[in-house]
Amino acid sequence: MTVKQVPLVDYLHIGARPYLKAKACTSCGARFFDRRIACGNCGAQEFQNVRVRNQGVVTAFTIVHRAAPGIPAPYVSAIIETDDGTSVRSNVVNCEPDPERVKLGMKVKLTTYSIGTDDEGTEAIAFGYEPA
Amino acid sequence: MAKSDQGKKKPKSSGPMIDDDSVWVLGTHMTKFGRYSDHDAVDLASTSAIAALQDGGVTIHDMDVFAAGTLFQASSGMAQQVQKQIGQTGIPAYNVSNACATGATALRTVMLSIKAGEADMGLAVGVEQMGKMGLLGGAGSKKEAKVFAPSGRYGAVTGTDGYIGTAGMPGVFAQAGMGYAYENDGVDFEQFAKVAYKNHLHSTLNPLAQYQKEFSLDEIMGAPVMSYPNTLLMCCPTGDGAAAAVLVSGERLKSMPKKVQKRAVKISASVLTSDPWTSSAQVQPDVNTLTRNAAAQAYEQAGVGPDDLDLVELHDCFATAELIHYDNLGLCEPGGAGDFIDSGAPFRDGRTPVNVSGGLISKGHPIGATGIANIYEVATHLRGEAGDRQVKGAKVGLAHVIGLGSACGVHILEKAA
Ligand SMILES: [Zn+2]
Repeated sequence: MTVKQVPLVDYLHIGARPYLKAKACTSCGARFFDRRIACGNCGAQEFQNVRVRNQGVVTAFTIVHRAAPGIPAPYVSAIIETDDGTSVRSNVVNCEPDPERVKLGMKVKLTTYSIGTDDEGTEAIAFGYEPA
Repeated sequence: MAKSDQGKKKPKSSGPMIDDDSVWVLGTHMTKFGRYSDHDAVDLASTSAIAALQDGGVTIHDMDVFAAGTLFQASSGMAQQVQKQIGQTGIPAYNVSNACATGATALRTVMLSIKAGEADMGLAVGVEQMGKMGLLGGAGSKKEAKVFAPSGRYGAVTGTDGYIGTAGMPGVFAQAGMGYAYENDGVDFEQFAKVAYKNHLHSTLNPLAQYQKEFSLDEIMGAPVMSYPNTLLMCCPTGDGAAAAVLVSGERLKSMPKKVQKRAVKISASVLTSDPWTSSAQVQPDVNTLTRNAAAQAYEQAGVGPDDLDLVELHDCFATAELIHYDNLGLCEPGGAGDFIDSGAPFRDGRTPVNVSGGLISKGHPIGATGIANIYEVATHLRGEAGDRQVKGAKVGLAHVIGLGSACGVHILEKAA
């Protein structure tokens, strides 16, 4: 029996080739990950779905030692700027949570991992970025 | 009004004239920040309100407008509750909530009423009772879902804090600081830590500070890490407290005794901004752009530049935040915030003393009170009444607060003639 999988958030496309989906304002190009009524930059109301590039660089990070309940710590939280200029907040995974290992400007790429299974056997898939 | 020449100090022999349409701080007060188990927020706000009225030599019966700011008790009708303690005179009362800029927004609400000609005098109070709720990091994840079903604006199937980066305040502001380090080579952990060293040192001279203890740089850097590079000693505590200010129109102030006029402090600029759209702010609050916009507007309004400032109280909720605001407020060369702290400029005896009160890091940060407490601090120095921590000869000061979401308040105050 195959396990049913769902993405942690609806802007993550899971499968063999995972990627993030953004809504791009057709008027000004501003990109969003949340449900939209209108564009926060220009006010236009039309969007098209775009596929965000999987490669990027770390432009800011922190190593969180005091995490929310149930979250393993320490972990690396970062702001990634993808190669197409989209800002993404994400954990950096497959990298030691140590300021000597995580570097500003570090090249990273998107990956996915399981964060657990619910009572009905559905597995939730999260995204992270790992050193490229 | 023209912007002053950068790098050239204005002649400071005399203070501003009293224009009819100007607005002044007539009286001000803050409680000691800390933990009050036997007082609630209404007690604290009422105590501070009465003390500010007394400081200004007026009573609640002289007030034409009242605004009360609190974040955590935003729906409690704080203004009316305080009125029921200090005097129900029937004047318009506003309940204000605007993240960490709540106090500044309450003050501005009173100021705008005076500017609009509806009031000659008004009272603003800011208060918070937080107790021990942890380091503003309380953005906990939702309880693990039994069933992974999408909900909310991102269609999340469970809590995302910790899976999609951090939503905790120490981490958000750590990332803001590290973003500055990414853009400006050489900014490092030690420079961020020095900010906390300075503010803890300053706090030893402020009897109203929640903590008054000096720590060595080693102790600060070696303290438990909350969110690197912010250690425990680089984060503001939670706490309780209140602050209040009585504002008066210039026209009314003119009719008051010279002695009263001498202690009045002019509000030369009052600015509130929210954030314009930026790409990065879609995933992480941008605390820079709206602060830069607020500073530019405030300098323009007041006709002063950063070099004219004798002291600055800025929003150091975390050490990383203070460092980047040196740059955002134009206190240093662009990109030069690290050099600025290394040079000693923001220390009490430096070129531009910053957070001589001890800042949020040691003075404390009862959220609703903060945006008036920093007005209290600057005004007290301009009046020459700051005791051991007095910045000598202070004539012009700036108070800055920022609340995530975001809201930024900047006020520039000037000493009376
Ligand atoms: Zn747009």
